[in-house]
Amino acid sequence: MAFKIKREGRRKLRKNKHLPPQEKLIQLALFLATWSSVAALAAVFGELLLGAFPAFTSIDIIDFFTGTVWNPSHPMYPLYGILPLFVGTLMVSFGAALIAIPIGLGCSIWLAELASPRVKAIFKPAIEVLAGIPSVIFGFFALVILSEWIAAVFDPVTKLNALNGAIMLAVMMVPIMVTVAEDAMNAVPRSLREASLALGATKWETIRHVVVPASISGVMAAIVLAFGRAVGETMTVLMATGNATLLHFDMLRSVQTMTAAIAIDFGEVEFGSEHYHVLFLVGLVLFVITFLINFLAVWITKRFKEDY
Amino acid sequence: MTTAIHTDDLHVYFEKNHALKGVTMDIGMNEVTSIIGPSGCGKSTFIRCINRMNDIIPGCSVKGAIMVDGADINDDDVDVVNVRRRIGMVFQKPNPFPKSIYENVAYGPRLHGVTETVDGKVRRRKHTKEELDGIVEHSLRRAALWDEVKDRLDKSGTSLSGGQQQRLCIARTLAVNPEIILFDEPCSALDPIATAKIEDLLVDLKKDYTVVIVTHSMQQAARISDKTAFFYLGDLIEMGDTKQIFERPQKELTEQYITGRMG
Amino acid sequence: MLNRRTTEMMVFTFFRGCAVLVVLALIVLVGYILTGGLERLSIEFLTEMPRRANTQGGILPAIVGTFYLMLIVLAISVPIGVMSAIYLQEYESSSVMGRVFRLAVYNLAGVPSIVYGLLGLGIFVAYLGLGFSLISAGLTLSIMTLPLMITSAREAIAAVPSTVREASYALGATKWQTIWHQVLPYALPGIFTGIILSVSRAAGETAPLMLTGVAMSLQRLPDSFFDSFMALPYHVFYMATQSSDLLATRPIQYATALVLLLLVLGMNLIAIVLRKRYRDKYRW
Repeated sequence: MAFKIKREGRRKLRKNKHLPPQEKLIQLALFLATWSSVAALAAVFGELLLGAFPAFTSIDIIDFFTGTVWNPSHPMYPLYGILPLFVGTLMVSFGAALIAIPIGLGCSIWLAELASPRVKAIFKPAIEVLAGIPSVIFGFFALVILSEWIAAVFDPVTKLNALNGAIMLAVMMVPIMVTVAEDAMNAVPRSLREASLALGATKWETIRHVVVPASISGVMAAIVLAFGRAVGETMTVLMATGNATLLHFDMLRSVQTMTAAIAIDFGEVEFGSEHYHVLFLVGLVLFVITFLINFLAVWITKRFKEDY
Repeated sequence: MTTAIHTDDLHVYFEKNHALKGVTMDIGMNEVTSIIGPSGCGKSTFIRCINRMNDIIPGCSVKGAIMVDGADINDDDVDVVNVRRRIGMVFQKPNPFPKSIYENVAYGPRLHGVTETVDGKVRRRKHTKEELDGIVEHSLRRAALWDEVKDRLDKSGTSLSGGQQQRLCIARTLAVNPEIILFDEPCSALDPIATAKIEDLLVDLKKDYTVVIVTHSMQQAARISDKTAFFYLGDLIEMGDTKQIFERPQKELTEQYITGRMG
Repeated sequence: MLNRRTTEMMVFTFFRGCAVLVVLALIVLVGYILTGGLERLSIEFLTEMPRRANTQGGILPAIVGTFYLMLIVLAISVPIGVMSAIYLQEYESSSVMGRVFRLAVYNLAGVPSIVYGLLGLGIFVAYLGLGFSLISAGLTLSIMTLPLMITSAREAIAAVPSTVREASYALGATKWQTIWHQVLPYALPGIFTGIILSVSRAAGETAPLMLTGVAMSLQRLPDSFFDSFMALPYHVFYMATQSSDLLATRPIQYATALVLLLLVLGMNLIAIVLRKRYRDKYRW
């Protein structure tokens, strides 16, 4: 059975030279667009470094990270200790997480495992809508209404305080958590649940011992992601927490977060001054923290991922 | 017999996994050739090489020659688009586009247009509406689907039953006018009645096309094919006339598989 | 030990309580803004210039400013974002470069908006000399929304099953033909949803504007992209915290918040409806 080489066959398969090189042009355009977006995003980090750089030479970096006083506007002896801001951020976001985690998890489990499709069709959009509300609206609500409620219940030192910010942030965290955690629970195959129920487990036992462990990576990632958002949130805390820069650990007193410090101080700072560069440094710290938190979420998702 | 496809020492690797280990084989023109073997034996990998569908799988590399009509389809000056136009493929799960039945069949011809020679110049133009209607009707008739769908060509392809969807996919492939059609376990998702219709169709198609079918059903291979090839762990163990393979296999592995002692 | 059934009932009641609480929070929040804002809301409020240091008149410049910002974001971040998404998903789906880019984009979606504000201040306002202007703020918001835009478009594209691509390739379609005729049409509703959500996010964003030059009060509309501008979210913040008489202007604060809320929620609802329709329509 000899195999004959035929010219005709080769011609029919050859690249068609009459077609314009559209494919390559389109690919090039897409490639350039991708690079420009990556360049733009790299610029965020680059600009933070550039803006913060002069601060490294003009102030003592150790003092910056360990200083307990943030008083950048002092005419003679400005003090740039980030600790009060850092602690303020932690108080508000951990407080928010403490409130949001149980509620968010309960809500996710209810939506993923218990709610009827009809009820779900109302609740899910409601939660999406909550996630879409601008932070300035939450801030406004905390400033005008929530703070009054808290004042009535707790008799706080200052009306605008860390608790006010934490509760409002918790309301913002829950929808982020629910979206991610519910997806993770929905991804658990039905067969696993059926296996557990068939062994005589109750629904709750099945959720606790099968569904939650199987979706734990997604649930943890949801918590971490929501926490990251809370750390980076600006307007809500700016309007809710009163912006006092003293270092303390009292949830019923006023605090200022890193984000709020940047937003407020830029209103009065002189362009290119020491204070200006220090604020970029605060921004850099904030960037690194939130980036690491996000990275942690990605890592958790990958590390504990179950393959079904 | 004229050879339609000739492979020479064909190796395929997925990253480090050696999936095909030197397959040399001739596939005859206007015949139905079945490829059988246990799961993971490389039979799907083999036919996916013939129209270079493995190109789109990351980390896959192919070595060795695949000669079709005298040309190696992996040559540098070969356009993969032309390879796939001439060598069509029907997949395991029916995968009609989520468009109308008409659009499913017309998609391929629309992409390629009409190439014609006018006054010695090669020109490419779009199909006229009448030409497209003709191609769609002819392809659907050839795939034995026309009578079932002619009144609802504007309905979505995904609204058809599984067997009809698979015949729609065959019609879609025929519309591009290939010379060779590869079937990758086309009946594995279908019921016996739908399977019988596809099998009749395959036997009928060999008048005009070269048909290669991967199947996990030995009965199917025995019913429809002229030649049968048995793959095992990436090697071509034995190939021959279907009757001979099933009645007088030459290799022990083949016999074990056919008599059900393996796989 | 409690009876297994009793435990179950208590736990489930707690879960239901959590869900109800979340929806209740939404209702209370929207309810307060709505009742507080309707009092002052009128056609004049939407179409007039502010007067007497914002204590009287309307908020037209803030509405127009936010509208312009949305336009800039649409013009810049939509084409670049969607093209990047196509490239990352279809051309670099498995390469190292693609993986690095996707990871970077995903992580940058979590960077605080105030940090993007610093970028805008450093690059657009100062370095490029665009000043405190509409264009500086618009560009900043565009970059801020890019990660969200790319991620949502990429997810929409990835949701198109690979069997559709395979079928198209097997008919001899080129890569771009497959993307254009098979992938994009079915990813389009998902991409639209992502666009609407991204733009609404940009419309409600305040912090970056504070660093790129939003104005407290203007008696006119911006006449070019290099002009200063007002914006709805900043107006809410400014009126609620710095205006001359905080209590007297409360109705204005509520009404401005209501306008912003309606704008953003309206876009969100469109996105939700669009996505639902699309999910019902295409099932492979």
